[in-house]
Amino acid sequence: MAAYIVRRVLLMITLLFILSITVFVLFNLLPGDPARLTCGKSCTPIVIEQNRHRLGYDLPIQEQYFKFVGGIFFGRVFSPESPKPIICEAPCLGYSFNRHEEVLSLIMRSAPVTFWLAIGAFIIWITVGVSLGIYAALRRGRWPDRLVMGISLIGYSLPSFFVGLLLMFFVVIQWQWLPYPSYVSPFEDPFAFLQTMILPWIVLAILYAAFYMRLTRNQVLEVFNDDFVRTARAKGLPERTVVVKHALRAGLTPIVTAAGLDLAGLLGGAIISENIFSLPGLGALAVDSITNSDLPLITGITLLTAALIIFANLIVDLLYAVIDPRVRLV
Amino acid sequence: MRQPDSLRQTETPAQEPYVTVTNLVVKFPSEDGVVHAVEGVDLSVTRGKTLAVVGESGSGKSVTALAIMGLINRKSATVTGEVWVDGEELIGMSEAGVRKLRGSKMAMIFQDPMSSLHPFYRIGAQLGEAARVHRNISKAAARAEAIEMLNRVGIPAPKRRVDDYPHQLSGGMRQRVMIAMALINSPALLIADEPTTALDVTVQAQILDLIAKLQAEFNTAVILITHDLGIVADVADEVRVMYAGRVVEAAPTERLYATPEMPYTLGLLASIPRMDRRTDRLDPIKGNPPSPLKHPSGCVFHPRCKYTDRVPDGACMTVRPDLLPSESDHFVRCHIPAPERREIATEALAALTAVPLGVAGATE
Repeated sequence: MAAYIVRRVLLMITLLFILSITVFVLFNLLPGDPARLTCGKSCTPIVIEQNRHRLGYDLPIQEQYFKFVGGIFFGRVFSPESPKPIICEAPCLGYSFNRHEEVLSLIMRSAPVTFWLAIGAFIIWITVGVSLGIYAALRRGRWPDRLVMGISLIGYSLPSFFVGLLLMFFVVIQWQWLPYPSYVSPFEDPFAFLQTMILPWIVLAILYAAFYMRLTRNQVLEVFNDDFVRTARAKGLPERTVVVKHALRAGLTPIVTAAGLDLAGLLGGAIISENIFSLPGLGALAVDSITNSDLPLITGITLLTAALIIFANLIVDLLYAVIDPRVRLV
Repeated sequence: MRQPDSLRQTETPAQEPYVTVTNLVVKFPSEDGVVHAVEGVDLSVTRGKTLAVVGESGSGKSVTALAIMGLINRKSATVTGEVWVDGEELIGMSEAGVRKLRGSKMAMIFQDPMSSLHPFYRIGAQLGEAARVHRNISKAAARAEAIEMLNRVGIPAPKRRVDDYPHQLSGGMRQRVMIAMALINSPALLIADEPTTALDVTVQAQILDLIAKLQAEFNTAVILITHDLGIVADVADEVRVMYAGRVVEAAPTERLYATPEMPYTLGLLASIPRMDRRTDRLDPIKGNPPSPLKHPSGCVFHPRCKYTDRVPDGACMTVRPDLLPSESDHFVRCHIPAPERREIATEALAALTAVPLGVAGATE
């Protein structure tokens, strides 16, 4: 087990290195001159060249990469020759010259927003999706099943920008049931936090819950045909025990995998929902960094999101070994 | 371990059947039409005896077993007829009532012990659960019983094995665990649905021996569902041959093997590969079992029967034969007159055994 985790972590680090190289090379191949973005209207060729040199963009790409990696482990100093050098301490994911802030602190400021958004939506969609999915499976072929599957289909077909705008328009603007969303930390003002988050949670949860209803229903129906469920009945167990202890225990296990990965994906930022509800999360930050060609920021966010997914993969695999005794981690 | 309930034995004298099934009919509605899985099956078993139900896949033998256990979903199928177990009728009983009998008075083991055991629970827990659902005993007592039962079915080191998961056991061991689980409440009826089909040949005999040994200990009535006439000869007291949801021949085992009268039974016997005789090839029954959606007219076996020309007026194609007595305890569903059937059987069996190994080798 321990050896397995060590190996997986090593693999994780290798993957992140490969990924960082890929991201670095790809973004350097993109058109657009990062040095140009540092000075805005006051740009003259001389200033651009000076900035290019100060920021290290005149170095060969492999040297830029080594500086970047070195920054993560040891920190680095930008424009050391200038009177006001920028000291970026380890772990330094880079410095956004567009926003004049360290990439890491930008991410750390946005991450909690996305975290709360993802966690809240996750709780709603798992509760609603899995329970309705089980319910539909237990009533297979009858009207509750059809109703749930209909809801699922509708939820799945509705694009989240549409639902988001619709909710925004009616609930906030037309009926004014909720104030215009403006993010507040739950520790500062829990009530205002809930008022802001409830709509984005719903929008995200609709999409995912629709998928989980279908997934859960199919899983449960499949497991009902399994021989061990028949054995449980042959033992004379009450139907409730057969369903909960025998069928669901086995049927819901694969959902853990899906849920873990979906949550990790969402923690990397929910681009559409964050933008509609003006939540300053990672998704909004990512979109912003791309429109501004903010190369250091894009690299940072991409790496962070990838790390999250890889990490979630490891957690899910470990969790699976706990749930299913047949899985042995070697 | 509880001893077989002596009180119950006096309630059901040895000569009276513990299980009696009368005119069992099972139909599944489907999108393509009604699936006629079982069409009027009668059978009965006494405690201590073994009844073998033999047939090809789709003959309705497993569905019959599941119907006796009350394991056919009443919402997705219609089950009619009567199933009497220990003096109680099950078809008309509430689902809760049947559930209380399952695992206590009647138990079942299945074909594939790997998939029949829950992969996530230790075998001790699965055995203990079977005991605790019917008897008010502590977890510790259930565990002790589980260990005792594992010991009785021949699991080595049962105190250690009780904490194993099913995947840690071999196929034969798993089936032993299934048997232990089925018998933990000393049921008087054990239904074994192809209990050895998924196992290695070397293990098959062990499992059959084990069932026979425990059957003697517990004085259990056993219904053995199988397609393998080879194992039937060794273990069964009586045989029911099923075809297309019907019993086509019923007889004590020895009699059935000596004088099979239904051409289908004859065909099954001829399909068994044997080392002690040399024929150029096996003589399989031609064609396929009929679709349960639409059974053939007349005798359900007529499309595959070699002897339909022996019956005048093509009655095989038009008239459904009844299961009629040939001898006192031998019943056959066939239009061919009994003396002629016996002639056919004698000839066919003689042909099968006529060529001993050495001679056949010499003529080649």
